[in-house]
Amino acid sequence: MNRERLVIPVLVIVSLASLIAACLLGSTPLGPGRVIAALFGFADAGDTLVIWQIRLPRALAAFIVGAALGASGAALQGLLRNPLAEPGVLGVSASASLGATFALYYGFAALSPWALPAAAILGALAATALISFVAIRTQSVVTLILVGVGLSSFAGAAMSLLMNLAPNPFSLSDMINWMLGSVANRSFDDLKMATPFLFAGLIILFANRRGLSALTLGEEAASGIGVDLRRLRIAVVTGAGLTAGAAVAIAGAIGFVGIVAPHLVRPFVAHDPARSLLPSALLAGIILVLADIAVRVLPTSSELKLGVVAALIGAPAFAWIAAQRRAASD
Amino acid sequence: MTELVVDRLSVAIGDAALVKEVSFRLNPGEMVALLGPNGAGKTKMLRAALGLEKKSGGAATLGGAETATLDPISRALKLSYLPQTRPLAWPSVVRDIVALGRFSHGAALSRLKGADADAVNKAIAACDIDHLSNRKADTLSGGELARVHCARAFAAQTPLFIADEPVAALDPRHQFRVMDLIENFVRDGGGALVVLHDIGLAARYADRLIWMAEGAIIADGPPEETLTEKRLADLYGVKSHIDGLRVEIDGAL
Repeated sequence: MNRERLVIPVLVIVSLASLIAACLLGSTPLGPGRVIAALFGFADAGDTLVIWQIRLPRALAAFIVGAALGASGAALQGLLRNPLAEPGVLGVSASASLGATFALYYGFAALSPWALPAAAILGALAATALISFVAIRTQSVVTLILVGVGLSSFAGAAMSLLMNLAPNPFSLSDMINWMLGSVANRSFDDLKMATPFLFAGLIILFANRRGLSALTLGEEAASGIGVDLRRLRIAVVTGAGLTAGAAVAIAGAIGFVGIVAPHLVRPFVAHDPARSLLPSALLAGIILVLADIAVRVLPTSSELKLGVVAALIGAPAFAWIAAQRRAASD
Repeated sequence: MTELVVDRLSVAIGDAALVKEVSFRLNPGEMVALLGPNGAGKTKMLRAALGLEKKSGGAATLGGAETATLDPISRALKLSYLPQTRPLAWPSVVRDIVALGRFSHGAALSRLKGADADAVNKAIAACDIDHLSNRKADTLSGGELARVHCARAFAAQTPLFIADEPVAALDPRHQFRVMDLIENFVRDGGGALVVLHDIGLAARYADRLIWMAEGAIIADGPPEETLTEKRLADLYGVKSHIDGLRVEIDGAL
C-alpha cells in the first residue's frame, strides 16, 4: 500500500503549489520574486496590497471552502453509504444560502459579524438533519436525491420570496452571488468569522471517522460491532452542517466539488470512508483554487462565478458517477 | 463466564404481539440452531435480545448486564452478530472488512497493530480466505463473501456469536464450509446461535434446537428429542421422514 501512503503528502504539496500559483497569476503580472517579496513584506506597498489584500485571501477562501465541502461530502457519503451524497446535491448548501440571505435582508447580519455565518450554518444544519431523517426511513438512493432536489428548489423559491418581501431590497446580483457562489473580494475578516465553525465541524467529522468506516457493513452490522448509531448520526450531521454552512457563509453555494473529490480519492484509499476524509478535503481545496484561477485569468467580458465553473465541471461528473452505479446497489 | 439469558422477552408493535414471552439461554461451548418458518419472529426476537430493537416486556442479559442499556461497545466485546442482510456500501478490501470486526477493540483500519492484527490474521486463516485478503469485495462470489463476513465476526474474538441465516443462498458445499467454521468456533469454547432454514443442516451441527412459531418458542432441546415428523408437519406444513438425525422432506402437506 505504498501508493496509499503517498496520497496525503502529494496532495499537501499540490495544495501549496496551487495556492502559490494563485498568488502568481492574475490581471497584474507579478513575477515569483515580487510575490515572494510581497509575502514576506519586503515589497512595495502596491505589491503587498495585491498579494495580502486580494490574491492570498481569495486563494485561501477558495481552498478553505473547497476543503470544507470535500470533507462534508466525504462524511455525508460515508454516513448515507452513497457516493452521490454531497451538500450541494442534498440541498444543504441551498438551505445555508437561504439562511445567509435571510440574515442579510432582515438586518441580522448588521447586528454582529457572527450572525451571517451562524445563519448559514443553521440553514445547513436544518437541511442535514432533515436529509438524515429521511435517510433513516428509506434505503433508496433515488428517494434521497429527490428529497435533496426538492429541498434545493424549496430553498431557491424561499429566497425569491425573501427578495419580494425584504424591507430593504438589494439588487438581484446579491442573490445570484449566494446562489452561484464566488470567492471574489473576500478578505481575511470574512475568513475569520467562518473558520472557527469550519474547524469545529472538521474536528467532529474526523473524531467520528471510524464510525463511518464501520457503516460500510450496513447499519445493522455496524451497530452489532459497537457503533452507537444515534450518536454517530447526530455527530456527522452536526459536523457536515457546520462545515458546509461555514463554506456557504464564505462563498455562497458551490456545488458538486464535494462529490467529485471523494470519488477521485476513494480508489487510492481502499474505498474506506475514514481514510478518504482528509484527502477529499485537500483535493476539493485544490480543485476550487484551480477553478478560481481559471475564473480570474479567462478573458470573459464579466468575471465568471466560481460556482458556475464548479458546476460546469462537476455536474457532468455527477451524472457520470450516477450512471456508473450498478442498478443492484440501489 | 458470558452467557446470553433471555427471560420472557416480548416485542409488540401496536396491538400485534410479534414475540411472545420467549425464554432461552445461550452458553459458551454450545451450538444452538434457531428454527421456524418465515415470519415466526426469529429475527425480531434476536434483535430485541441484543438490544437493537425495543422490547415490550421481559429481560435479556449478556453476562449479567441488561442488553437494552448496555453500551454498544461493551456488547460488541461479548457478542458478535451477523445480521441477515449484509450489504457492503463500498468495494472495500477483504482485509479491511475483517478488520472492522476489531471496531469494539478500538482498532482503526489503516493501522492495525499487535492484538488487532493477530486477531484479524487468525480470523482470515480460520475462514480460509488468505488468498482473498487483498481482493475487493465486489469481486467475490457469494460463498467467498459469506466466509469474509464470518471472519469479520470471529475477528472480534467474542465469547458468543449470533448469526441470522449465515448460509442463505449458498450452495451445499459452501453451506457446509460455513457451518464448519462456526463449529470450529464452538469447539474453541465459543457459544453460537444460528438461524437456519435447512433442518438437516441444523440437526447435523447443533447441540440444541430452538423451535419458534408465531412469535413463541414451542420447543427447546437436543435434536434427538425435538426433531419429529409431527413437528415439521405442524410448523412448516411439510411431509417428512426422519431417521435419527437424517431428515428427508418429501413435499408440502
